[in-house]
Amino acid sequence: MIHPIPEGTRDILPDEMLELRRIEQALRETFLGAGYGEVATPALEYHAVLERGGGTRSAFRIFDETGGMLALRSDITVPIARLVQSRLNAIEPPHRLCYFGNSYRSIRPQRGQMREFMQAGIELVGGGGQEPATTEVIRVLSSALDAIGLTRAVIGLGDADLYRALMVEIGLAEPERDAILAALLKHDLVELRALVVAAGGLQEGHRRALIEIPTMRGGPEVIACAIAVGGEPVRRASDRLARTCAMLDDLGIADRVQLDLGLLRDLDYYTGVILEVYDPALGHILGGGGQYDALLGRYGPEMPATGFSLYVERLHIAQAEEERISRAEAAGPD
Amino acid sequence: MVVAGPTSAVPYGALRLAVPRGALLGETLDLLDRADVDTTSLRSDSRALIFDLGDLVVVTMRPSDVPTYVEAGAADLGITGKDVLVEQSDRVAYELSDLRYGHCRMVLAGRRGDTSLGESARRLGVMRIATKYPRTAENYFAETGRQVEVIEVKGSVELAPLCGLADGIVDLVATGRTLDENGLEVREEIRGCTARLIANRISQKLRGETFDALVARLEGAAP
Repeated sequence: MIHPIPEGTRDILPDEMLELRRIEQALRETFLGAGYGEVATPALEYHAVLERGGGTRSAFRIFDETGGMLALRSDITVPIARLVQSRLNAIEPPHRLCYFGNSYRSIRPQRGQMREFMQAGIELVGGGGQEPATTEVIRVLSSALDAIGLTRAVIGLGDADLYRALMVEIGLAEPERDAILAALLKHDLVELRALVVAAGGLQEGHRRALIEIPTMRGGPEVIACAIAVGGEPVRRASDRLARTCAMLDDLGIADRVQLDLGLLRDLDYYTGVILEVYDPALGHILGGGGQYDALLGRYGPEMPATGFSLYVERLHIAQAEEERISRAEAAGPD
Repeated sequence: MVVAGPTSAVPYGALRLAVPRGALLGETLDLLDRADVDTTSLRSDSRALIFDLGDLVVVTMRPSDVPTYVEAGAADLGITGKDVLVEQSDRVAYELSDLRYGHCRMVLAGRRGDTSLGESARRLGVMRIATKYPRTAENYFAETGRQVEVIEVKGSVELAPLCGLADGIVDLVATGRTLDENGLEVREEIRGCTARLIANRISQKLRGETFDALVARLEGAAP
């Protein structure tokens, strides 16, 4: 007899489970070794409490026996913000926490998307300045990728405020800024160009900066390049990124990081640095994160926070692909 | 634009470009010619789907499959119509440039001299619209505040109003001849469409200079 399970969910059999657990274990050792204590939060929370945090809306809501509305978490960052403010409020920050667990999102049919997927990540809450926090998180992320054999994986580093700040500096009106930002979020550079060209009263350098910055990516020189195009407003908007970059360089992990001035994330709680993780063997991002100072304040006193989260199943696919590629390379051309 | 920087990724192999078969193929091959891509094998009457041109692999497919391959990274770059991108707007890909050929219009059309579009809306509260672009049609009528029943068909959509399946159609027209020959006429223009260059998000990040160089070649070759 075949009994179905919902679309976007799956059973895991021993061979796959063994490999997933190995990934999890390598990540756990890295996180714990860096001083991040593991926590767990319930998959099911009060809907109103999760909603406070913003982010991706919960796709699954149910009523409990008393009529209260519960929701399945859509990520673990929001629950951890709640946990920090409710359970650790008597403890002096910084808090270094890591987690492993399933999250739940809505899917579009027949797209290979998962309703239930496994996440692993860390959160660094409170404590020192922003740039040291960002570099620490990137350092842990880099070791985590190495620990699971994804040595070719690259960390994209951008700033959620950079493009917004630049548009303000340049003096674009709010409706124009919103339209341009919407085009950038859709990755629609054709529309972005049309909107920038249509916006009145722009200096040529500023116009070029708005059009070219979304595709500027590469080494630390990217920032100088962008400033060369757009001048002072770009320098001010990219200041924070430049400082982070210098610090990464001092730590010797800059070679794994790709600066990306077009990076933007659509979650409303990101306020500064944003991270994305790519591997050349996979067409999708492996995870992401960044700085979300606005989030903690929604559950208690304001506190800076930085973290990342990885999609464990995608790490597994990338690992399998990388192994296939190195086997093919070892075998040489037919 | 990529500024050379050290990254630990060493991407492998030639870039893969998805090219649409069908109405856009001819002009796409002309574009590739102008971009110094050797299209001899592509123009031969071959049934092959993949053409290895050394520094570039061209894969040919239905236009509506291009976003699927590009989103998944099975192709690094792709060329397809804006109509396809609007219909599949939930696919994640960079829309890099307007290649300025393959001009067509997405339109609402009805039978010539026939009032059933307006009559259905007035008396029945909905219009029945047949289309190969159900999401484009639904969004257009939602944005213009009208209720419709969208009927998805796969083949010749002009047939639908002629047989009474629908009051009108939403379809892509180039010259308008097919509409005319079937006794249909354009009632409303929804949007203009041209060929677009799209890219996989990860390829855009990791293929750096090779990627930008190919994009510049294709953009430079656009009419």
